[in-house]
Amino acid sequence: MKFTLSWLKDHLDTEASLDTIAETLTRIGLEVEGVEDKAAALKPYVVAKILTAEQHPNADRLRVCTVETGAGAPVQVVCGAPNARAGLISVFAPPGTYVPGKNITLSVGTIRGVESRGMLCSGAELGLGEDHDGILELPADAPVGQAYALYAGLDDPVVEINLTPNRSDCTSIHGIARDLAAAGIGTLKGETLPGVGGEAPCPIGIELAFEPADRHLCPLFALRLVRGVKNGPSPAWMQARLRAIGLRPINALVDITNYITFDRGRPLHVFDAAKVSGGLTVRRARDGESLVALDGRTHTLTSDTVVIADRNGVESIAGIMGGQASGCDETTTDVLIESALWDPTNIAQSGRRLGIITDARYRFERGVDPAFTLPGLDLATRLVVDLCGGTPSEAQVAGKPPESERIIDFPWTEVHRLAGLDVPQTEMTIILETLGFHVSGTGDRVKVRTPSWRPDVEGKADLVEEVVRIAGLDRIEAKPLPRLANVGGALLTVMQKRTRTAKRALASRGLMEAVTWSFVPHDDAVLFGGGGADLALANPIASDLSDMRPSLVPGLLRAAQRNADRGYPDVALFEVGQCFATDRPEGQTIRAAAVRRGSATPAGAGRHWDGATETVDAFDAKADALALLGSLGVPTGGLQVTAGGPSWLHPGRSGTLRFGPKTEIGWFGEVHPRTLQALDLKGSLVAVEIVLDALPLPKHKPTKAKPALAMSEFQPLSRDFAFVVGRDVPAGDIVKAAQNAERKLVAGVDVFDLYEGVGVPEGAKSVAIAVRLQPVDRTLTDAEIEAVSAKIVAEVSRRTGATLRA
Amino acid sequence: MTDLDSLERDLLAQVSAASDEAALDAVRVAALGKKGSVSDLLKTLGSMTPDERKERGPLINGLRDRVQGAVTARKTELAEAALEARLASERVDVTLPVREAPEVRGRIHPISQVIDEITAIFADMGFAVAEGPDIETDELNFTALNFPPGHPAREMHDTFFLAPDQDGKRKVLRTHTSPVQVRTMRAQTPPIRVIIPGRTYRHDSDQTHTPMFHQVEGLVIDTSANIANLKWVLEEFCKAFFEVENVKMRFRPSFFPFTEPSAEVDIQCSRKGGEIRFGEGEDWLEILGCGMVHPNVLRNCGLDPDAVQGFAFGVGIDRIAMLKYGMPDLRPFFEADVRWLDHYGFRPLDVPSLVGGLTG
Repeated sequence: MKFTLSWLKDHLDTEASLDTIAETLTRIGLEVEGVEDKAAALKPYVVAKILTAEQHPNADRLRVCTVETGAGAPVQVVCGAPNARAGLISVFAPPGTYVPGKNITLSVGTIRGVESRGMLCSGAELGLGEDHDGILELPADAPVGQAYALYAGLDDPVVEINLTPNRSDCTSIHGIARDLAAAGIGTLKGETLPGVGGEAPCPIGIELAFEPADRHLCPLFALRLVRGVKNGPSPAWMQARLRAIGLRPINALVDITNYITFDRGRPLHVFDAAKVSGGLTVRRARDGESLVALDGRTHTLTSDTVVIADRNGVESIAGIMGGQASGCDETTTDVLIESALWDPTNIAQSGRRLGIITDARYRFERGVDPAFTLPGLDLATRLVVDLCGGTPSEAQVAGKPPESERIIDFPWTEVHRLAGLDVPQTEMTIILETLGFHVSGTGDRVKVRTPSWRPDVEGKADLVEEVVRIAGLDRIEAKPLPRLANVGGALLTVMQKRTRTAKRALASRGLMEAVTWSFVPHDDAVLFGGGGADLALANPIASDLSDMRPSLVPGLLRAAQRNADRGYPDVALFEVGQCFATDRPEGQTIRAAAVRRGSATPAGAGRHWDGATETVDAFDAKADALALLGSLGVPTGGLQVTAGGPSWLHPGRSGTLRFGPKTEIGWFGEVHPRTLQALDLKGSLVAVEIVLDALPLPKHKPTKAKPALAMSEFQPLSRDFAFVVGRDVPAGDIVKAAQNAERKLVAGVDVFDLYEGVGVPEGAKSVAIAVRLQPVDRTLTDAEIEAVSAKIVAEVSRRTGATLRA
Repeated sequence: MTDLDSLERDLLAQVSAASDEAALDAVRVAALGKKGSVSDLLKTLGSMTPDERKERGPLINGLRDRVQGAVTARKTELAEAALEARLASERVDVTLPVREAPEVRGRIHPISQVIDEITAIFADMGFAVAEGPDIETDELNFTALNFPPGHPAREMHDTFFLAPDQDGKRKVLRTHTSPVQVRTMRAQTPPIRVIIPGRTYRHDSDQTHTPMFHQVEGLVIDTSANIANLKWVLEEFCKAFFEVENVKMRFRPSFFPFTEPSAEVDIQCSRKGGEIRFGEGEDWLEILGCGMVHPNVLRNCGLDPDAVQGFAFGVGIDRIAMLKYGMPDLRPFFEADVRWLDHYGFRPLDVPSLVGGLTG
């Protein structure tokens, strides 16, 4: 919302400076986005006269001028403009002046050996957007020495405020003035306007053709005919104001409607009466009806949109934009002025559907003061008569204004309750009354009637806001929020703690945390088990950000490739974040995933003097998984690792982590070559993904005490076994069998060698394990150790078909 | 007596000539062994007369002791020399680089770090952390928060929609974390103190906007929380978060459908040479929105606005991360460029706390 200072002063009697006004606007909730004060910006520029213009001795295209500036002796200026000539009145800037069009500050200069003390300026150099062809040419009677901005009528500062959608009352300059008056910046003017009589009834009939359920779409429609107008350009003062706020003057009749739209927040429409056939019908459009609107586009309408039609069909889209056919131009002699009320929701939806943004729509969808419908028509009529002549008819009115005022039962204590601020009752009363509220009753509880222009004020809290914003939020002193407990208990849930720890745990393994988009390309989503219709965005911002991600891995894989493309091939990335299986809350899980590329193993990336370069493999991913689970304190006793994983992983080099046949908690391994191909990825890539929500929760225990520690007094001992076993037998089965062979004694089993080749039969492998035995109550005899060893061999053999290697 | 002297001279010469432990041992055996020259002399003592023994005994024993001592001394000497020789051969080039430790290489993303910082500060004021889904119903994202259907305030939000379901209802990607306020108020009984950090989405993409970003909201509901308390909470938060002694804040009346009264908050700062400093300067920087929870929202959550009251506020996490840590652009937050992560990320063990200070 833009306005000029002089326009504001039509509505506000004030001595306040522009700065004070701007500061106050922001302070009361009308945030000033910008103040454009050309008079201040162009202050050094003065009207000046070129007395002489001689050819420059050293340059064909330059002239040496003496310029009368109105201050002191004439000055010498070197000028390159082709139109610089003796006698011309133009604009002069002395040294030290900032030139906006060139972004330079002038100084006394010497141009090709001739001193120049200032500059003669073009419109473009002043930032006024005119052409560069030469310096400004002003009429001969322009007063030399006067500030150019003042002379050119550019001295009316323009203020732009960022209006919040609730303040429909401040879509008018009058409304802004009212707020300022309440804030103590002057007195509101022009609150009551004289009515307009008419010489005869308006001859054009109005029919509000709505079903009873639709009557809210147009509760009130007023019309007046003015005959015998002369429609030319509007007066210069009106054009200047419209231009200043960014509007293009069209003709007097149209300009008047635009002027009142801003002046009073009352959008109007004018029809050329000669182009309207029969009476006006206000109704829903018929599906498929169309209109060439004033924007020159043909809009096809649906029954959701309200229109004003005559015998010729649709003439105007209600509250949004008029039609070209019935618009006013220089030939218009009889004009129909419309002032109507429309349903805000309907206007917003129609405007959005049609893609039309107008000042009228902006106001109607926020809510226009219903009580000003007829005064607005009268104001327009008066301006038409004043500026274009003609004789008005009486107003023709259909419908009636809806009840727009509310009575709010308001205890004054509400201000202190919600705001923590004590404002004297008299001050609160003055604030509300100046804003147009009517306070009745006395004592602690009063009745407050809202003004018709404040549809946003519904209840007590709104009145508190009105009082507080005008009294000043800065008057509220900060007051500590009392502590709920002296020493607080735990505030994070298990999942929240796990999410935080997971990040630190993975970062501690040399991985860098990435935050990638929650949306991935559709094909990626499909590849990673998602891509369902319920998770596709209806309006993605880009075609490759179309589906909610089913997994963190595709985003990380693509990020790894981007880094490789930039020359960083060995990257280790992780992310902890949400993934989506369905569009319901329970379909959202928090996962932790890591991707390693190239040689980015946990030990480090790249070549190192200490050993050969390693390439990441499935075991790096597995190690990340177990490190994560371990750091989270997840008991891994029941954890199983089974071969194979989701289809995006290499079938033979991946595994699934689970706590039972149905409780999968994650997967790890090499990325499937087909996945690499589909995502256009190169290099070695391994990945792990753990579903944090699937992890078992810690058991609740009555105390924090740890179980008693039993430490044996007897020396542990270790025995090695090498087994020959079928190649496809998992080593994990051997380890498990050894562990279970003598649970009381076996304290640990490690695989320390794996061998295939000479000495081992084809299709078999040798797996060597070290079994740690921990005697509990006595030192074992040789015979007992032999017996345990035999039991281990027997159990491993029974479970896996392994034989002890000879 | 010269035979004993010359034997001693001879033996001591042999001891010092022994060049290694084996040679020394041979000398020792030859002198002090069972059949050694000195042992042989000692054996003669038994067949001597008491007078002879009195005279010869001390001489032979003295010889034995001196030879024994020389052998021990030489043995130590040789061991020292051998160790020196070994040490001389055992050298590593300590200037060779070792691999950088994973705890040093790894990085925490600034967003995670800042969420941890915010959590630490608000935990001290008794706020728990509440969370909710990214995919929300229109009801929770808008209607329950007092955005009437069709209201222009909805348009400010540039919403991402999912495909309509069988009933024609479209879910949305939450445009703010505020729906979690509703979820929390419907699930818990006041007093409520929560912060709600999370991902949010708006259909917007340019230099300063990304379609996905992060917000943290705070919600306090009890029987007395008012704007004065809200001001205090925000001032304490800003001081603690930006780690400055003082901040000057400006509360401007504003509009959010779900709060009434509403305000936007600017923080005073200086901008010198592209660096933003808080607690000084003349510029104002908008950092958050806040207000008293709207009575309609309380009612929509089954609470009586005359019995309970409270406030809410919302801050852009990415934005305050940029302000505090000086990232010039938002877009790289989501590009996973390891150069950016390495530079702007945090070490894994730098866990923010109030005890140790938010930053090290």
